[in-house]
Amino acid sequence: MSIEDIIKPENLVYQKSKLLTEKPFHYCPGCGHGTIHRIVAEVIEELGVDEDTIGVAPVGCSVMAYDYFDVDFQEAAHGRAPALATGLKRVWPNKVIFTYQGDGDLAAIGTAETIHACNRGENITMIFVNNGIYGMTGGQMAPTTLEGMKTATTPYGRKATLPAGAGFNGIPCNGYPLRITELIAQLPGTKYVTRQAVYNPACVRKAKAAIKKAFENQINGKSGVNFVEIVSNCNSNWKMEPVAANNWLVENMLPFYPLGDIKVDGKIVEK
Amino acid sequence: MTEEIIIAGFGGQGVLSMGKILAYSGIMEGKEVSWMPSYGPEMRGGTANVTVIISDERVCSPILNAFDTAVILNQQSLDKFESKVKPGGVLLYDPNGITHKPTRTDIKIYTIEGAQLASDMGNAKVFNMIILGAYLKLKPIISMDKVKEGLEHSLPERAHKLIPLNMQAVEVGMNNVKEQ
Amino acid sequence: MGELKLMKGNEALAEAAIRYGCDAYYGYPITPQSEVIEYLMEQNPYERTGMVVLQAESEIAAINMVYAAGASGKRVMTSSSSPGVSLKQEGIAYIAGAEVPCVYADVVRGGPGLGTIQPSQADYFQACKGGGNGDYKNIVLAPASVQEMADFVALGFDLAFKYRMACCILSDGAIGQMMEKVVLPEQKPRMTEEEIKANYPWATTGRKRGTQHRVITSLDLDSTRMEAHNRHLQEKYRLVEENEVRFEEIECEDAEYIFVAYGSSARIAQKSVQLARAEGLKVGLLRPITLFPFPTKAIQNLIDRGAKGFLAVELSCGQMIEDVRLAVNGRVKAEHFGRVGGIIHTPEEVLEAMKKQIIGE
Repeated sequence: MSIEDIIKPENLVYQKSKLLTEKPFHYCPGCGHGTIHRIVAEVIEELGVDEDTIGVAPVGCSVMAYDYFDVDFQEAAHGRAPALATGLKRVWPNKVIFTYQGDGDLAAIGTAETIHACNRGENITMIFVNNGIYGMTGGQMAPTTLEGMKTATTPYGRKATLPAGAGFNGIPCNGYPLRITELIAQLPGTKYVTRQAVYNPACVRKAKAAIKKAFENQINGKSGVNFVEIVSNCNSNWKMEPVAANNWLVENMLPFYPLGDIKVDGKIVEK
Repeated sequence: MTEEIIIAGFGGQGVLSMGKILAYSGIMEGKEVSWMPSYGPEMRGGTANVTVIISDERVCSPILNAFDTAVILNQQSLDKFESKVKPGGVLLYDPNGITHKPTRTDIKIYTIEGAQLASDMGNAKVFNMIILGAYLKLKPIISMDKVKEGLEHSLPERAHKLIPLNMQAVEVGMNNVKEQ
Repeated sequence: MGELKLMKGNEALAEAAIRYGCDAYYGYPITPQSEVIEYLMEQNPYERTGMVVLQAESEIAAINMVYAAGASGKRVMTSSSSPGVSLKQEGIAYIAGAEVPCVYADVVRGGPGLGTIQPSQADYFQACKGGGNGDYKNIVLAPASVQEMADFVALGFDLAFKYRMACCILSDGAIGQMMEKVVLPEQKPRMTEEEIKANYPWATTGRKRGTQHRVITSLDLDSTRMEAHNRHLQEKYRLVEENEVRFEEIECEDAEYIFVAYGSSARIAQKSVQLARAEGLKVGLLRPITLFPFPTKAIQNLIDRGAKGFLAVELSCGQMIEDVRLAVNGRVKAEHFGRVGGIIHTPEEVLEAMKKQIIGE
């Protein structure tokens, strides 16, 4: 059997979403962004709303997300994506507006924009990629960095408070990892809040279903933020092989950032 | 004709709204006008003042240091603005609460018992209209029907039933202004 | 002729925005311009024209909302006062880089820092010489009356969309808070989606299948392209300088000594001209209406016509004077006079300064 015999339309079982451009990703091999981009593009394509979709890119590793999605895009200043999404959605209530942000963007410099867009109940979709570290700037501490995790700015591990010794015991140091998703779920303006992951095919499928729900809610609804956190990896800055990074994610990130729906149809999910 | 006026008193005496009615009446009369308030810390409980200019020509500076007329409603304002009246100009004040009377001899000084007259009319809120009436007696730059039109434009619709009372107050002011 | 009203400068600006067919106002309250958002909220423009008015969580959020809506072809504006405009500089730089049209009003108060709430013109540099990062300009209009506060909304949007850049209405506490009569324009309809798509092909309104998707960004890591982009911006600014200079000359025909003043200072200096003329002094006033582009040639023409000296009158310690001196280029005397801290100079002291600093005893 020759290769021409295999590559035939009737043998096609899977292809790249039409809403991803031909531009090769600049993301590191093993990074979750590629998968997350793919499932976001697939959802927009499946919903058939690409002509009415405007995406908002963050500052961070996915700063050039606009190069990869074949939909109109705006590039936000660091942390301001929810403000851009608000500005857009208020004047284009019938368009589909989503932000794509990392942890530093959404939960540090953009905390005010995040909380207030959520609290106003903007009818938008927010995709939040949490890998516990600043990727683009070279592996510094993120608000979501776990305690003990080594980063370029916490070379001895993140310490919420200073350890015993030299009389510094107990005074504030790097602070605690921030579960912003649980925080915004408390706000009456959020409709759907969920935490997903993409480290294996099963959770990719779940994540895609969650993203689809987050877009469908926007399309069918009038108000309420639809917020999908995706716990992801950063094998480069975690300084691990991709597989090891995913294993580390399961063992360390997920206990602190448990997967599953936090709020559905405006109601907190009882655990 | 250009008339440059300062109206000064306590916040709550209706200083700014009197200025606004005067300015609006000026527009109705076909004049150029400006209304420049003091704002900021002063407007929070202390003194309030507003500069109103009514002119046949385009108004240049809305902020002035010398006035044709000063309408003074408390002692602090008298202390501050007596010296700012142009020689030959007019100073009109309500003697209620005034302990040191104006002393200049190169200007014309008049009084209006606004607080007393408003109390006599049984409505403290018409105080500023009594003062406006007294002013218009001294400086008849605007006709009474234009004042009424000015009131119609500056008061919200729901307050229009009070226009006759306000016009009555203007008349009371006109009839009770006295030379010091 | 439109409707005649007595209004505060801030209110006239807000009403003019509704009547222009502005799509959205995103703002945050700050003295002395809170009347803008208060007036808009009170007017319920969503019912009048469909205009959106939103009180944002901060000036930073507000300008970023403006950036996004402007980048989708909507006519959108914000307003603030000095410390708030400082916060907006991030967004304004992005707007310049991404070539987004918008209007923002700065009702200037005294600084630095929290400063004072009283009028000031100490943010000329911030408005005209950058303020945010990078080589960029905004068109800066300086209203000197309540009428111009209203008129410059339409002018500002027209220029902003003509050149795809931010247009600043640089006002101050005096012009914002004073009331004057104003002729309001007729209500214009807001643009439809079809009109926006037809007129602004660059706008991110959702791309048609089979066409290139559009990206609004100020980022480009390719230095060659970034240099070309900067050159393009500069060419655009030169075009603005060639075509959009606006100014007013008052009693300049025979003037030997000229005040250069904008906004509230121009109103005061105009009175000083009257006082000077009454004394027989040949004094005039050049009032820049656009601060960028600055009326450089107008100043040079005045020297050619016999002007012997210029006094820049500003409520600052000397900012516009730098542009006056660049225009004068050493040919005649050019000095600065101005009160600061929220104190407003009187016509008398302005004239006194002219006599002392320029005319000589």
